[in-house]
Amino acid sequence: MLHNRSIGELAESLARKEISSVELTRHFLARIEAMNPTLNALITVTAPQALAEAAAADRRRAAGEHGPLLGIPLIHKDIFCTDGVRTSCGSRMLDSFVAPYDATVVERLKAAGAVTLGKANMDEFAMGSSNETSYYGPVRNPWDPARVPGGSSGGSAASVAARLAPFATGTDTGGSIRQPAALTGITGIKPTYGRVSRYGMIAFASSLDQAGVFARSAADAAFALQAMSGFDPRDSTSVDAPVPDYAGTLDAPLAGLRIGLLKEFFEGLEPRNAALIEAAIGVLRGLGAVTREVSLPSLPLSVPTYYVVAPAECSSNLSRFDGVRYGHRCENPKDLADLYQRSRGEGFGAEVKRRIMTGTYVLSAGYFDAYYLKAQKVRQLITDDFRRAFAEVDLLVSPTTPTPAFGIGAKVDDPVTMYLNDIYTIGANLAGLPALSAPCGFVDGLPMGVQLIGPHFAEARLLNAAHQYQRATDWHRRAAPGYA
Amino acid sequence: MSLTRQEVEKIAHLARLRITEQEMPVYVHSLSAIVEFVDQLAKADVAGVAPMAHPLAGQTQRLRADEVTETDRHEKYQANAPAVQAGLYLVPRVIE
Repeated sequence: MLHNRSIGELAESLARKEISSVELTRHFLARIEAMNPTLNALITVTAPQALAEAAAADRRRAAGEHGPLLGIPLIHKDIFCTDGVRTSCGSRMLDSFVAPYDATVVERLKAAGAVTLGKANMDEFAMGSSNETSYYGPVRNPWDPARVPGGSSGGSAASVAARLAPFATGTDTGGSIRQPAALTGITGIKPTYGRVSRYGMIAFASSLDQAGVFARSAADAAFALQAMSGFDPRDSTSVDAPVPDYAGTLDAPLAGLRIGLLKEFFEGLEPRNAALIEAAIGVLRGLGAVTREVSLPSLPLSVPTYYVVAPAECSSNLSRFDGVRYGHRCENPKDLADLYQRSRGEGFGAEVKRRIMTGTYVLSAGYFDAYYLKAQKVRQLITDDFRRAFAEVDLLVSPTTPTPAFGIGAKVDDPVTMYLNDIYTIGANLAGLPALSAPCGFVDGLPMGVQLIGPHFAEARLLNAAHQYQRATDWHRRAAPGYA
Repeated sequence: MSLTRQEVEKIAHLARLRITEQEMPVYVHSLSAIVEFVDQLAKADVAGVAPMAHPLAGQTQRLRADEVTETDRHEKYQANAPAVQAGLYLVPRVIE
């Protein structure tokens, strides 16, 4: 079936004129129509625009153009601005917001000829680890509709896992690509801070946010990341450095690759999860990698550090939502203070308000030094730990999540327990490092992921290692029952 | 450290968030739990450590030339505004 083919295979079929992009787009739109009512993975489906973009891609190909993404459908997380299309960020605040321009990521994928099928559901303003904070309701995990797909990019992950599109964009502030990729059995990569432009990507925590991609395999992710990456003068954090050919180095042998096993992340690990990670490490060793244990003593403080820094930045970023220029506005405000307070009180959901208040508290007079400044110092210690580790190893390996997908509603009333979902993923965000999650097996019939973390700008090495792992295993080929 | 209701009311005011009577006890409880959780940072020894300024060592924010790069697109931008008149955003009367 078309939806089980890799991006490389689809590109070849398109090049040979065996199928057209319009046919491919119709195929995925039909799957979305049939399956989205169950999954709730998409907030907006842009069928007419998608068919027009597909027809344009077919014309470009007929005119002699080539490219691995020309005519390939995708789904954008609803955090990326899409010109003329509602961009909600999963919030009531932006329920009626129609973006007046394209994000750079959207613009670049359009230029590569990729066809946007719609906008994926997500935790409100990307704050959540279960996709349950969305104003549009929870996304269901294709592997078990009673369970969450992870978050915050839960709709993007569920879409790719259910074969509603060959790939999808996401964002990752504390694990929001890697955690849902793991819980839905797909591949997700968060690149280095500054690798992909954030222009037009709605801000949550600006020193941590980074755009990335979901696909079923590392090879597919390489094509997508290639098109998304690179310098953009419109994002002041964008790094002006050349982008290597990610697809070109996928086949490099792993012989001699030095892999560090993160000691702190293997302590207290659930035995079945530990066995899967050990098996994945065994496969990498079989491919020639050499492994050694590495200790990052400050790493256990990642989660509390993150839950000071991220809310602080969120409270600042979300102050722009004032009920005046765009976004939700309350009825009949009696004065300006009432307009601000009720518009924000009504427009934001419970978790977003909780994070804004946490951030306001840690930045307030009398608490700034004890919380925010302290957290930024601990963050430096964590970053130094990683730098020392990467002087000795080429990659770090760990689990992506402590458990498989949990039940919808199981953790919503306990924010701290929810925050601990990201215990293995947050470190890479704090240090700005690239990291990838790849499927590595099942616990209780639910997919689990193995995480690879690299030094800054080592995306090619992560994709290469994951691709070689996926050539030796078939976990990434498994489809959820009913979605094959 | 636990937060009191008065402290949460003050935070909500600083953040310009209207919190309803029903919501308030939930926030007092969950914000207290979060503050207790992040209090474990207190035990970290950070003597002599400078607070981190950027995730990439040595990287600084670029400056651009002070030149006009954007054209006037107020009609498109204001299409998203809740209340607009004659190209101006409408808000409740601020000066009596």
